[in-house]
Amino acid sequence: MKPGDAPEFWRTLAEKNGANLDELVGDEFASRLPDSFDAVERRAFLKLMGASLALAGMAGCTRQPPEQIVPYVRQPESIIPGQPLFYSTAMTLGGRATGILVESHEGRPTKIEGNPSHPASLGATDVFAQAALLDLYDPDRMQTLTYRGDILPWSAFLGAMRTVTTTEQAESGAGLRILTETVCSPTLGAQIEEILARFPSAVWHQWDPATGVNSAAGLRMAAGNDVSAHYNVESAAVIVSFDADFLACGAGHLRYGRQFARRRRPEGAGCRLYAAEAMPTTTGAKADHRLPLKPSQIEMLARALAADLGVAGVNRGAALPADAQAWLTAVRNDLNAHRGASIVIAGEGQPAVVHALAHALNATLGNAGRTVLYTDPVETHPVDQVRSLRELADAMAAGDVDTLLILGGNPVYTAPADLRFAEQMAKVRVRAHLSLHANETSAISHWQIPEAHFLEAWSDARAFDGTVSIVQPLIAPLYGGRSAHEVLAALSDRPERTGYQIVREFWQEQRGATPTGARGAIAATGASGATGATGATGATGATEFEAFWRKTVHDGVMANTALPTRAITPAGPIAAFSTAPPAPDGGIEIAFRNDPTIYDGRFNNNGWLQELPKPITHLTWDNAVLVSPATMERLGGAARPDFTGGERGQIHGSVVAITYRGRSVRGAMFPVAGHPDDVATLHLGYGRARTGHVGADRGFNAGALRTSDALTFGTGAQIATTGDTFPLACVQYHHLMEGRDIIRAIPRAELASLKKEEKALPSMWPVLTDEQEKVADYKWGMSIDLNACNGCNACVVSCQAENNIPVVGKVEVMRGREMHWLRVDSYHQGEVANPKTYFQPVPCMHCETAPCEPVCPVGATTHSSEGLNDMVYNRCVGTRYCSNNCPYKVRRFNFLQYQDWDTPSLKLGRNPDVSVRSRGVMEKCTYCVQRISAGRIQSEREGRKIQDGEVTTACQSVCPAEAIVFGNLNDPSSRVSMLQAEQRDYALLRELNTRPRTTYLAAITEFNPDLSDK
Amino acid sequence: MPQIFHRSANTIARVSIFGALFFVAALLYLAYQIDRSPWVTQVNVAREQPIQFSHERHVAGNGIDCRYCHTTVETAAFAGIPPTKTCMNCHSQIFSNAPFLEPVRESFRTDRSIAWSRVHDLPDFAYFDHSIHVAKGVGCATCHGPVDKMPLMRKQNSLQMEWCLDCHRHPERYVRPREEVFNMNYVAPGNQLELGRKLVAENRIRKMTDCNACHR
Repeated sequence: MKPGDAPEFWRTLAEKNGANLDELVGDEFASRLPDSFDAVERRAFLKLMGASLALAGMAGCTRQPPEQIVPYVRQPESIIPGQPLFYSTAMTLGGRATGILVESHEGRPTKIEGNPSHPASLGATDVFAQAALLDLYDPDRMQTLTYRGDILPWSAFLGAMRTVTTTEQAESGAGLRILTETVCSPTLGAQIEEILARFPSAVWHQWDPATGVNSAAGLRMAAGNDVSAHYNVESAAVIVSFDADFLACGAGHLRYGRQFARRRRPEGAGCRLYAAEAMPTTTGAKADHRLPLKPSQIEMLARALAADLGVAGVNRGAALPADAQAWLTAVRNDLNAHRGASIVIAGEGQPAVVHALAHALNATLGNAGRTVLYTDPVETHPVDQVRSLRELADAMAAGDVDTLLILGGNPVYTAPADLRFAEQMAKVRVRAHLSLHANETSAISHWQIPEAHFLEAWSDARAFDGTVSIVQPLIAPLYGGRSAHEVLAALSDRPERTGYQIVREFWQEQRGATPTGARGAIAATGASGATGATGATGATGATEFEAFWRKTVHDGVMANTALPTRAITPAGPIAAFSTAPPAPDGGIEIAFRNDPTIYDGRFNNNGWLQELPKPITHLTWDNAVLVSPATMERLGGAARPDFTGGERGQIHGSVVAITYRGRSVRGAMFPVAGHPDDVATLHLGYGRARTGHVGADRGFNAGALRTSDALTFGTGAQIATTGDTFPLACVQYHHLMEGRDIIRAIPRAELASLKKEEKALPSMWPVLTDEQEKVADYKWGMSIDLNACNGCNACVVSCQAENNIPVVGKVEVMRGREMHWLRVDSYHQGEVANPKTYFQPVPCMHCETAPCEPVCPVGATTHSSEGLNDMVYNRCVGTRYCSNNCPYKVRRFNFLQYQDWDTPSLKLGRNPDVSVRSRGVMEKCTYCVQRISAGRIQSEREGRKIQDGEVTTACQSVCPAEAIVFGNLNDPSSRVSMLQAEQRDYALLRELNTRPRTTYLAAITEFNPDLSDK
Repeated sequence: MPQIFHRSANTIARVSIFGALFFVAALLYLAYQIDRSPWVTQVNVAREQPIQFSHERHVAGNGIDCRYCHTTVETAAFAGIPPTKTCMNCHSQIFSNAPFLEPVRESFRTDRSIAWSRVHDLPDFAYFDHSIHVAKGVGCATCHGPVDKMPLMRKQNSLQMEWCLDCHRHPERYVRPREEVFNMNYVAPGNQLELGRKLVAENRIRKMTDCNACHR
């Protein structure tokens, strides 16, 4: 970390390749403004301006319109208008639950936080949980139950299902098929088992395109039966990742992210991370030694490592490239030195055998039971989902399926292309689809049933370690949606049961408290262990159950339901280890990955996630054919940054045609530093044929190339340029670095000798001394730890939800007008082929000597006594001088009316504690001043001061890595004071002497000296 | 060529130039006055309400404490408008057949809320919190006036920003001992400034003039 060394870091490929900075920056107002700007004559201009000035003046004279105030007739006991309440519930993704706390204003959920007592959350959330709120209020949701296009009541569906049950009863359900996503809900599992008991020939299929297919198969290979695995990153000194983005996705990633960040803190024990991967991920960015390899080569690497470390009977396969060999040697020695305190983890993108090798390595290294923990499966009924879906497709093709009930998901879009799911599904006589949105699957379903969002329904779900949470609704279904429980009940003998009754009765039976009017016990949930530790514990009385139920719903976790860990012992040598791996061929590989923001496409119509810059690429609103810069050049493609109206937010990527196994798609190419050559990574979830108006016409459908035998990658693709270009909205090209010393990193060994940098430089102007600043009770400040930040972006969406930040759309992003108050920049260091990547969240710095304040002609941005840089929207006249004068480029201007004032459902989700801004107003990070105010009022009422940790900003509260800490700098014992006192603390652009209240902690690297060329 | 303008035109020109200044000043003054007039601020203007509810009768006549109806004034930003149930607590027993209370009974019967006209209505970009003002010793009457003498509810003060700031800049002129907050008959003592300064120190009352105190 040497100031002045800055140019070794770079932000964009253009910068790295030594593009002329003057050219990049100086041409800011390129002569591409529309002609009409010149065409306005002076006289016309004066007339317009005169009129608008006069009208602007008039606007101030309006009288306030009379408003009504409408009290309750009978006020509910717990509701105080204006005081939010928090309820615990859980969100599932890939079946696994993450506990959340939802803020509710008078019955409207407005913000989602993590549940600190839930093992998968620990108080943090990911971007999906944050954005789930917008999904709830999405006006494009399916709103009515229809049958062949006719709107019908729920009772009509119940009637139709009664007919189905009557006919199926005769043939014991031979024509009945149920397709669900991964089910980790004990109640739902039991319900389906009950239906299967009633219709023994019916079949339950599961297909969740995004999760678990390979890892489950690998575990099955390693253990000989179905088990689940999770990790204890807390005690891992060395982690080796084979294409696993365990810090950013998959069950438990929030927990792993927190444990990893804690170990990497200066006082932590340290944790060296090695990552071999294709597409650069946030985990790869956090790795000390990242090895870019083709997806197919990672198996060779895993085999070689396993053979070197003594896993029996491993066929090495082809030789590795030289740099991989050096990496491998270092990894082997490091793992050898940390037996029992290391983790080898394989990613979902790798085939089952790599997962099995990782588990065998963990067993050999003595990690199993220490850092790698095995339990009975978390799913109620684990299956090989690819096979399950193929069986369904085959049965439909053969005409064996009379009734198909699809509960959630979108198999027509997500099923591998070779199964021709849509075509086969059309042969089913009765097709019913429960779905949040009208999507491709609904389009060919007879019954289109609006699904209740998880914030509208009762359910339950297990977390990665088995812990059960009750999912409770925050609001009555906005569009009369139904939960999967209620739809399944239609096939039972008590179809009218509500979701609440179903879930509660299930747990009553589990607890041995007989529900009133219940029949015999629900059939045991088989070998799945769903009953697990919660199994009947003898008869409990109704009151006892009530206490248990209330506590469980309140806490968001059911006590002692984590599945006990167990050992795994494979029955014998694993055949797949000894068979020769497929020899790599020379062609171009394509890899299919979930999109980092819209996942498998289920969040496709979510504006927050569409506009959220994807980590590493910083693309928004589209997917792209992601390749290495060298491959792009070899294929004759280009990605040319361009201006629109002063900012550089557009990349014109060459459109290429990808042909793979006889199928073809077209997409824009985008270069990614650190991507291996001759591989194209395609993100799924785009190119939707049927979705809402936010997701329509975005990107291309990579899933159209995917086949069931190569779900995550395959070789032999042809890529040809078409001569066209396509504009991509990429925010990484906003705000150039210009050689400044913005990002810092320091090896762990040099921490002790680091000298702390003085915060303030000498100044001509009077500057408040520390003593003078202490006059106020509070001196708010923030510390952002670049060492902890893993670039997951949860803070950005959390800020958006908390502060009513609008979505602007792709065209406006290309003009550099995105409204995010907080952005996560990424910086690279080293060679293009394999750079080290750092993330830097940048909110408003709340400078002591803020450059924005003196230039405002109307005093709309002022300094508060507690050091906040206040923004008063009602004073702002929109000169934009402040954003022009802000060196951090964190001020955002409402160029147009971005905020949706009209859509009723969107109004429900806004935070009533924050002003909704209109056109022509500047806005920026406020340090969540509404939360500070609430904390101040609460503490003053109680006659005390705000305690450390009592007020958290929205970005801080959701951060899995605890990278953002906010607090009172006047209190030397506050956490933020202690962090800012660390040696590695530095101020961004210190040379400008703005004295920012937000400062950064330099990243710490833990390079292996054996690979010291890095 | 004869002169176009008569000599008197000079005088007229001078007077009108001079007069224009006064005219502009008068216009500005007018605007200033209009902005503070009851026409804009609605001060002392009683709104049409669904029920002719009299604070005078309930507060002065029956001696009901403010907090019997405005229950959350000490704990929340919003003081609370009583639900119909609160009205019915008494009016199911007294005046239970009075025709002018029919809207109350109807609301209770049909479960439809009574829609009152808002008298004290801050603009949406100003965030006000009752609880903290009450906790720091701002009496109800300080802002709302002698409610116990208002047969129909009306605004006593403009609720404009300059009015808020007057107290936020000089709280010692207005604060009272905490136990007197809900006392409608409280009269500021002659030594208010002296008492005010003492209370400001004792109750840690800050001069909250930062923009973010009310705007966020």
